[in-house]
Amino acid sequence: MTTATKMRSGSIPAHDAAPADLEKLASYPHVIVSWVDDAGYPTSVATTAEVDATAGRVVLAPPAGMPIPTDRDINVMGSHIRPQEGIGYDQRRYVQLWGRSDGTAFSPSRAWGWDENEVPFFEYSERSVPQSRRYLAQLSEEKGRTIRPKLSPFWLALRTTRLPFLSATAVPVLLGIAVAASHGAFTWWTALLTLIGGSFAHLAINVSNDIFDTLSGADDANTTPTQFSGGSRVAVYDLVSIRGLTQLSVALFGAAALIGLLLVAVTGSLTLLWIGIAGIVVGVAYTAPPLKLVYRGLGEFAVAIGFGPIMLLGAYVVQTGRLAVEPFVLSLVPGILIALILFVNEIPDRRSDAEAGKRTLPVRFSPPTIQTAYLVAAIVAFAVIAVGAVAGILPWPTLIALAAAPIALRVHRGIKVNYDSPYTLMAVMGTNVNLNLVVGGLLLLAYVATIVVTALI
Amino acid sequence: MGWLPEPIEQLLEVALVGELTVIGRDGRPITHPLIPLYDGDKIYLHSSTLFSKKLEHIKRDARVSLALTDPVAMKGNTDRATIQGTARVIEDDPHSDWERLILDLWRQKEPAINDFLKARVALPLFFERAVIEITPERALYWADGKTDRAPVETVAPGQEAA
Repeated sequence: MTTATKMRSGSIPAHDAAPADLEKLASYPHVIVSWVDDAGYPTSVATTAEVDATAGRVVLAPPAGMPIPTDRDINVMGSHIRPQEGIGYDQRRYVQLWGRSDGTAFSPSRAWGWDENEVPFFEYSERSVPQSRRYLAQLSEEKGRTIRPKLSPFWLALRTTRLPFLSATAVPVLLGIAVAASHGAFTWWTALLTLIGGSFAHLAINVSNDIFDTLSGADDANTTPTQFSGGSRVAVYDLVSIRGLTQLSVALFGAAALIGLLLVAVTGSLTLLWIGIAGIVVGVAYTAPPLKLVYRGLGEFAVAIGFGPIMLLGAYVVQTGRLAVEPFVLSLVPGILIALILFVNEIPDRRSDAEAGKRTLPVRFSPPTIQTAYLVAAIVAFAVIAVGAVAGILPWPTLIALAAAPIALRVHRGIKVNYDSPYTLMAVMGTNVNLNLVVGGLLLLAYVATIVVTALI
Repeated sequence: MGWLPEPIEQLLEVALVGELTVIGRDGRPITHPLIPLYDGDKIYLHSSTLFSKKLEHIKRDARVSLALTDPVAMKGNTDRATIQGTARVIEDDPHSDWERLILDLWRQKEPAINDFLKARVALPLFFERAVIEITPERALYWADGKTDRAPVETVAPGQEAA
C-alpha cells in the first residue's frame, strides 16, 4: 500500500517504499548512491547492491574513499535506457529510494520512479500539465511579465478548432448538394457558401465543446487524450484562455449564422431558416447548459441529427428550396457514421468523463454492450443504403458503398481488442473516421455517376 | 575552455543519460536521469516545464552533481565520473531559448528529436523548456568504473582553496 504525500515530482507521486520498489531496484545491474556532502553539494557514486525486498534492506558495496554517510538521508537509484543508434534511446525507467544507511545496510523509507512501460510517456506528460502551469505562473511572477506556452498561429488555429475533423461536415454537405444536383438543381456559389457556413458551424461547436469540457473539468481530468479524443486541450495547456475561446466560438457561430441568413435570403426558404436554427440549437445544447446533451448520454443522437438530416437536408434545401424523402433517407447514413466517430472516441475518455459527471454512453454501459451497439449501428447504416436502393429511394449505384462494410467490421474487432488501451485504440479511431470518409466518398461517386448517366441518356 | 580531465570530457561527449542530483526542499538529494550536453566548457541539461520540479529545486539551491555511470548509455565506455558544480536555470523564454542554446547539441545525441519537433503541435508543453547550465567545480573520476578504488579528484582552477 502506498500513500502520496508531500514529496512529488511531476505527476507521479513519491510514496512509502514498498517491497515492489526494492524488487525494481534489484533489477538494475548497478545503483547510484547520492547524498549531500559536508560542503553542501550533492555527490554521487555508482556501486552494486544486494537487495532483500522482504526485509526492506539494501546492502551497498562500500565505495572506496567515499564513505556513505549514516547521519543524513541518502538516495539510491537504479536507471535504465536502451540506446538506439542514430535515433536516441527508449525503454526509459528508473526507481529511486530515500532512507538511511546504518553503515552496513540501507533502509529505504520513500520511493519514486517512472517506467514508460507502466505509464506511457504521453500519459506521464498529460499528468504533469498542472506542474507546467504552476511553474509558468511562478515564472511570470518572478519575471514580472506573463509567460505562456506558445504555438505558431497556423498550428494553434488548427489545434484550437480541430480543423481536420471538418471532413465530418464535408461528407453530408457534399452529399446534400449531390442529391440536389441529381434532381437538376445546382448553383455553385450557394453550394460553396453552404460548405463554408457548415464548416464555420462545426468549428464553432468544436470550440464551444472545449469551453464547457474545460470548465466542467472533463478535459483536465483526462490524462490519456489522443489525436481523436480528449478535445483540443488548448485551454488545459493555457495556449488559449477561456475568454479567447469564447470570443472565437461566438465569432464562428456568428459567421455561420450570417451565411445561413444570406442563404435564407437568397433562397427565400423558411424551411432552411428552421433547419439553421435547429442546427445552432443542437450544436450549442450539445455541451452547453442547461441541456448538456453529451453529458446525459445524448451526444450521439445530437451528432446524428446535426451531421445527418440538418447538414445534408440543409445543403439540399439551399439548392432546391424544398424537403424530400431521398436526401432524408440518405442523411441517416452519415448521421449514424459520424455519431459512431463520437461513440468510439468517447471510449478512451470514459474514466475522466465519469469523474467530470459526463455520462456518455461508454460511461453508462459495459464494454460488451458498447461493442455490440457499434456493430448494430454500423449494420443499420449499411442497411439504410441497401433498403433505400432496393426500394428505389436511392439510386442503385449507391449500393457500391456497401463495399466499405469490412472497414466497420475491422473497427468492431479493434474496439474489442483495444478497449482498455487508449493509445492502441488510436489506430482504430482513425479507421473509424476513414469509414465515414470512404462511405461518403463512395456515395458521392454514386451520385456523380447517376448525374453523368442521366445527362447522357 | 573547460578544465575537466579529458576522460571525463569523453564521457560527456557520448553519454545519453547522466544522473543529475539536486537538493530538494527538505534538504534530501533527488536524482533525475537526463541527457547531458557539453560545449567544452559548461555542461547543459534541459527540462520541459512539464517536469520542472528539478528547476524549482535548482533555483532554491544551485548546488548540483552530475554522475556518469552507465556504460550502456555511454557507448560501452566503462569509466565513471561525478561532477559537482553550480547550476543556473535559463528560462527567460521557455518557448525558444533552448532552441538557440542547445538544440544543435541535443540533435547530435538524439536525432529523433527532429521528428518530435515536427510534431510540436502534438506536444506543445514538452517543448516549453528551460536550460540548466552547470559550471563544473569539482570532478571525481573512476577509471574502468571501479568504485572500490578511490576516485581521482580534480578541482576547477581557483577552487582549490575551497
